[in-house]
Amino acid sequence: MLLLQSVFNGISVSSVLLIAALGLAIIFGLMGVINLAHGEFIMLGAYATFAVQSGFKAVLGESGLSLYIIFALPVAFIVTALVGLALERSVIRFLYGRPLDTLLATWGFSLILRQFVRSVDWSLFIGIAVFCLLFFGGLAILRRRLDGQQTRKGANTILLLLSLGIAIVTRVLLGQTDATALTKPWFSARNVDVTAPNWLQGGVPIGSFQFPFARLFIIALTIVCVVATYWFLQRSRWGLRIRAVTQNRSMSACLGIPTRKVDALTFALGSGLAGIAGCAITLLGSVGPNIGQNYIVDTFMVVVVGGVGNLVGTIVAALAIGTLTYLIGSGMFALLLTPVEALNPLADFFTFFATTSMAKVMVFALIIAFLQFRPSGIFPPKGRTAES
Amino acid sequence: MLYGSAGLGTSLLLKACAGNESANTAQSQGNSQTQQAASSSGSGDTIKVGILHSLTGTMAISETTLVDAEKLAIKQINEAGGVLGKQIEPIVEDGASDWPTFAEKASKLIEQNNVATVFGCWTSASRKAVLPVFESKNHMLWYPVQYEGQECSKNVFYTGAAPNQQIQPAVNWMLENEGKQFYLIGSDYVFPRTANTIVKQQLQAKGGEVVGEDYIPLGSTEVTPLITKIRAALPNGGVIFNTLNGDSNAAFFKQLQGAGLGPDKYPVMSSSIAEVEVKQIGAEYLQGHYAAWNYFMTVDNPKNQQWVDAFKAEYGEDRLTNDPMESAYNMVYLWKQSAEKAGIAENLEKVRSAAYGQTLQKAPQGKVTMNPNHHASQLVRIGRVREDGLFEIVNATDSTVEPEPWNEFVPATQGYACNWSDSNKGEKYKVKGT
Repeated sequence: MLLLQSVFNGISVSSVLLIAALGLAIIFGLMGVINLAHGEFIMLGAYATFAVQSGFKAVLGESGLSLYIIFALPVAFIVTALVGLALERSVIRFLYGRPLDTLLATWGFSLILRQFVRSVDWSLFIGIAVFCLLFFGGLAILRRRLDGQQTRKGANTILLLLSLGIAIVTRVLLGQTDATALTKPWFSARNVDVTAPNWLQGGVPIGSFQFPFARLFIIALTIVCVVATYWFLQRSRWGLRIRAVTQNRSMSACLGIPTRKVDALTFALGSGLAGIAGCAITLLGSVGPNIGQNYIVDTFMVVVVGGVGNLVGTIVAALAIGTLTYLIGSGMFALLLTPVEALNPLADFFTFFATTSMAKVMVFALIIAFLQFRPSGIFPPKGRTAES
Repeated sequence: MLYGSAGLGTSLLLKACAGNESANTAQSQGNSQTQQAASSSGSGDTIKVGILHSLTGTMAISETTLVDAEKLAIKQINEAGGVLGKQIEPIVEDGASDWPTFAEKASKLIEQNNVATVFGCWTSASRKAVLPVFESKNHMLWYPVQYEGQECSKNVFYTGAAPNQQIQPAVNWMLENEGKQFYLIGSDYVFPRTANTIVKQQLQAKGGEVVGEDYIPLGSTEVTPLITKIRAALPNGGVIFNTLNGDSNAAFFKQLQGAGLGPDKYPVMSSSIAEVEVKQIGAEYLQGHYAAWNYFMTVDNPKNQQWVDAFKAEYGEDRLTNDPMESAYNMVYLWKQSAEKAGIAENLEKVRSAAYGQTLQKAPQGKVTMNPNHHASQLVRIGRVREDGLFEIVNATDSTVEPEPWNEFVPATQGYACNWSDSNKGEKYKVKGT
């Protein structure tokens, strides 16, 4: 019984780590982009879930609440994938091969995203829409009309300033109207309440223990995501291209693989997976602008320990870290060692670490020690791919 | 194209900032008018006061509600004629959830703006950061939030609950009504650890039992190990005493319910959950659990009804009121009465002496009195979360509880008290006969 409970809890802690780290394993692992905005993609997924829930509540009333999560998953995936795509197209693609610059750029983007969900309202949304329409529409027209490199650069600057100006004026004018529908923040800075559907509340009682439905759902979702990602990378045509570009970019380009499209697709896929993770964690905790920060360190830890560029490594690392955190934190180690007389000092040692805070200290210490011996993680990248 | 993309990033950033500002102004739309009216009446006819809270960063969610409450009090006072015939002019500074910034802004308010007093802070860390500033300049801070006690500065008035006005009554009530076995959980920082020291001593003295104690890092949302341990330590149910703060609370209550530990066998008494937090976590997860405060939105008296109505009229129908907000609202009135009794708002010594014994007969929570130990006497209530997310008040003290800044359950401060009205006693003196 105790064993069953430990195994289940260990796996459920691991599954949260794994689903949160899966997207990063692709973006950081395969593409080498140190994506500090990963936590904020998770946050966006959580907010997308909240938006879907509110929509269902408004249209279908309380009865809509039992189904929303099924729709929230694809919506969260698509929304974060699109935001990821926009980030990749606008910023990241200029920074490939410069990991430190991606670190700064994505950190900045994470701040923007956090502030965005705090203050977004219709007037801000319209302002951004106006800017995008004017600027990108203008660019498209310019590209057709003007040829000379020099004039185009000058025109770009003017266009940028012009559309920016018009967008800001629109935003300010809209903000000054009395229409509260325009100026009322969508989410505000407060945490929002996402209620799990009825069928995910409670759990299966077995003896004195209860398996929470929410945890079972997350475990199942994690398995589905991992299998789907694995299949996509190993079996599909685009997966093959992604792996080719990861291993040797210029050779792939020579062979006619559209590397830019592959980059964009990979980044969008990683972001979308973060969105699904965001949807999953709404079942466990609160939803607020800062929740990404609670996950970012853990996800990087999992990917680094697993070995950069390796999906299997990520899975093994998540299982190991999750189970270890649970066993130390819940005092199971201490409990197992106590009956054996000779191991009592060791049991005392583990009892000391059997609080959640101290368990984290110990897990981090173990990881540091582990990385001393295997600096590239459990499954280090092989051969020449490591250098590029 | 390079220009274009860099520009997109910047423009998003710019707009995000602009959005934030206008959100803030939208929030305080009603107030800005009174503020303008006040400042245009000339500095000779106004009394400047500082408001120092986090408007940005992690603490902004909580602290901006205090700014709202303080501004409402100032607006009402101004409409009723002001203090000593002068209008109050609030100067709002942003502590940005960053403790050195709090200290810097406190100096700025005192030295550059020459404010008569400052209302501010939420976390103990921010209060500890500004304390040296107020003490070295011998100035005055009003602090509205319940805290761990063990402090009694001459330069601070504490209008939130001391531990003996919140935590101790809460433990007593749970001990009498819900069970003898307690499991203590908290976030890993100063308030939960101090609070739990008090709780442990108290339970020992009163025949309760602590079966376990655990701390999780601030913001951590993985509570599975914690729940396993609670179940192992309390197989047949018992009381969980909760001093978690922030995001961890939502994770804890959601996962507690998922694990099948309901309020019938595992009632949770929380020290940091008020109406606003219940709404954010979701009432369905908290229904049946407890909290202890001096004020609940459901307090049944005409003054509270009036205050809640005024607050909703000012800031929107969906707004909630809670204990720290009520305390923030009260302290502005307590300062006003003190300044009027002193006859001059700028002479801080006089205002301080005048504050001792100042009473609000009709605060929203009932009667509130400022004591010579700089803490307020107030009623203590125990509430149980209802289905709608508000509290059903299950217990309330008949009369106000005197505050004890130095806790009797902490060995180092046993038998000590604080009294600033007597120059021989001051911050910490040994009470005779103990």
